[in-house]
Amino acid sequence: MPFAMHVAKIGRNTMLRKRSLGWVKPTVTALCLLAATAVPALAQKGLDEPFQGPFKKDLAGKVVAFVPVAMNFDLAQGWYAGVKHELEPWGVKIEVRDPNWSTNAGAQAVTTLLSEKPAVMIIHNPDVQTYAKLLQRAENEGIYVVQINMGSAYRTTAFVGANWIEVGERDTEAVVAACKGKSNKIAIVQGALSAAASAYTLKGVENVLATHPEIKVVSSQAADWDAAKAKAITQTVLKQNPDLCGIVGFWDGMDIGTAAAVKEAGLTGKVFVATSGGGAQRGACDLVKSGAFDLDLSYDVPTQAHDLAGIIKWLLSSGMKPGSYKASMYTTLIPITKENADTEGTCWSLAAVTK
Amino acid sequence: MKRPRLTQQNIVIAIFVALFATFSTLLPGFRTADNMLTLLQNVAVLGILGLAMAVVVIGRGIDLSIVASLAVPAGLVLQMVQDGHSVLAALLSALLLTVAFGLINGWLIAYAEVPSLFATLASGLFLAGLGQVAFFQLDVVQWSTPLNPLLWLGQGSPLGIPTPVIMFGLVSVLVAFFLRLTRLGAFTYAVGDNPFGARVTGVPTRPIIVLQYVLAALVGAFAGMVLAASVNSMPTRIFNSTLIYDVILVVVLGGIGLSGGRGGVINVVVGTLVIGTMLNGMTILNVSYSEQNLIKGLVLLIAILADSFINPRNEETAQQGDI
Repeated sequence: MPFAMHVAKIGRNTMLRKRSLGWVKPTVTALCLLAATAVPALAQKGLDEPFQGPFKKDLAGKVVAFVPVAMNFDLAQGWYAGVKHELEPWGVKIEVRDPNWSTNAGAQAVTTLLSEKPAVMIIHNPDVQTYAKLLQRAENEGIYVVQINMGSAYRTTAFVGANWIEVGERDTEAVVAACKGKSNKIAIVQGALSAAASAYTLKGVENVLATHPEIKVVSSQAADWDAAKAKAITQTVLKQNPDLCGIVGFWDGMDIGTAAAVKEAGLTGKVFVATSGGGAQRGACDLVKSGAFDLDLSYDVPTQAHDLAGIIKWLLSSGMKPGSYKASMYTTLIPITKENADTEGTCWSLAAVTK
Repeated sequence: MKRPRLTQQNIVIAIFVALFATFSTLLPGFRTADNMLTLLQNVAVLGILGLAMAVVVIGRGIDLSIVASLAVPAGLVLQMVQDGHSVLAALLSALLLTVAFGLINGWLIAYAEVPSLFATLASGLFLAGLGQVAFFQLDVVQWSTPLNPLLWLGQGSPLGIPTPVIMFGLVSVLVAFFLRLTRLGAFTYAVGDNPFGARVTGVPTRPIIVLQYVLAALVGAFAGMVLAASVNSMPTRIFNSTLIYDVILVVVLGGIGLSGGRGGVINVVVGTLVIGTMLNGMTILNVSYSEQNLIKGLVLLIAILADSFINPRNEETAQQGDI
């Protein structure tokens, strides 16, 4: 599959892409000139584009199963709406299995899907281990498995999502920069210990801290993606360390609690709060505008949904064997700060995408 | 003079004193007034839920649906205001929902005679499901500005005391008043101690049981509003968390026997303080999440073991309905 290799190459080396695009312009111009001279002869009959027919056939009636960790939160809603919007007009059926935050229910859903044999499964893993074996079986049975945002230890045909290491690094760099000339005391509010997103982000945090020995981590605790827990932890930490200069939070949905504790302590603006999330209007831009967060790294959900839909179209029309190539599409992060929180297009609204 | 009896309550008080003394000497920042208030604030919602549970447990029941009562009515208020309804309409709807839910729970247990464990397990699932299907768009319902007049429920500190702590105190006083000074409260103890005996002596046992579940639902919903105001949102996913175990823990650890008819508000307060002290001390020590669970479990086991050694169960003390 030359295109799959090409995609992989682009992922690996953007320099190569820049260099290899140099020949495109002259070639296109030449082709246009050629076409301009060749087409008039055929113009009266119309020309059948030979590839769209098979493409339509490849997509029509196919089933794409979506197994998020839960349906009722902004990320899952955004992905679902985006993929549906993009694929349904081609006759693709999107089926949702909602485990509602239960890892067991999720594993059961994936197991059932193995026998139902959809063409594609979009999998959002609750942790790196639970689904790993199941995903391998799915690919062996001829189902394309596309993982979204939270990957499993087993690499499948495609992964679309944030690079958590980068998220951890960039959030921490911002906090370290904000701490310059201050106490250098920071706190870390982790998510759930078993989640890949949390563990990888922590690795990114550690990477940066390794190069900044002056920074002292006074607290690094897991709040289980729970705003109330994040608030309780942050309150206690702030009472012990009122001179704290920054907090690295792992998800904006949970860090509402972190920010509420900072606000109650009267330290908004003094303690730099960096976090990350899907970039929804209410959960990200509005909270950055209000000063609750100083930095919210967004892995823009509509872009991820487009990537998902794009790769599914490609997979279905390619006919390649599931698992024979494996590639990743890491999302380009959008840092949301006071400067761009007001700008149209920085965030997305759920109401608009689900319309 | 009566020798102080080694009841579970006294054992837990001893554990609390020991924990408190250890943390006070080892952690310089622990015994400050500020930290004490944070400690209380962090467990205030848990304490309020503990009070709601206590009323039911004293009446020889258990209410596993209490976290749903916490999440759904408060979530409904936030969602309705977000959708443009008036605050009053939202509050009234939530109140109606809560009372109706308490009545259904009570009816199932008192009249349909379904064991409370199963009735509330199912009804809690139902209410949480109803919330997700019919009321909420997302599982985290955000606080909207028209609700700001209610923000004082969970934020701010009049006279230096955080409002969640004041709310916990207020509910404690109200529940203590209900249990100790009203006839209905006395009936609750009677029903919990010996339901058949109570009925024979003319206590309206069934309506009393219904009342307990309505009260529990109302107190739970109030805790929900305090929580929502405190974190500026209602994370309705809290229903799936282990909060219900913590609530039972607070009640049982404090010394309210699951067999009913024993204990009171003071037990809930003691239980809440123990949990609060442990959480706060371990957060200051930056103990990792898994180690915290390990220590929590260990302390509980010690408390329960000590109780069963000192107050062994026998045919006389074991009651039907004892878990």
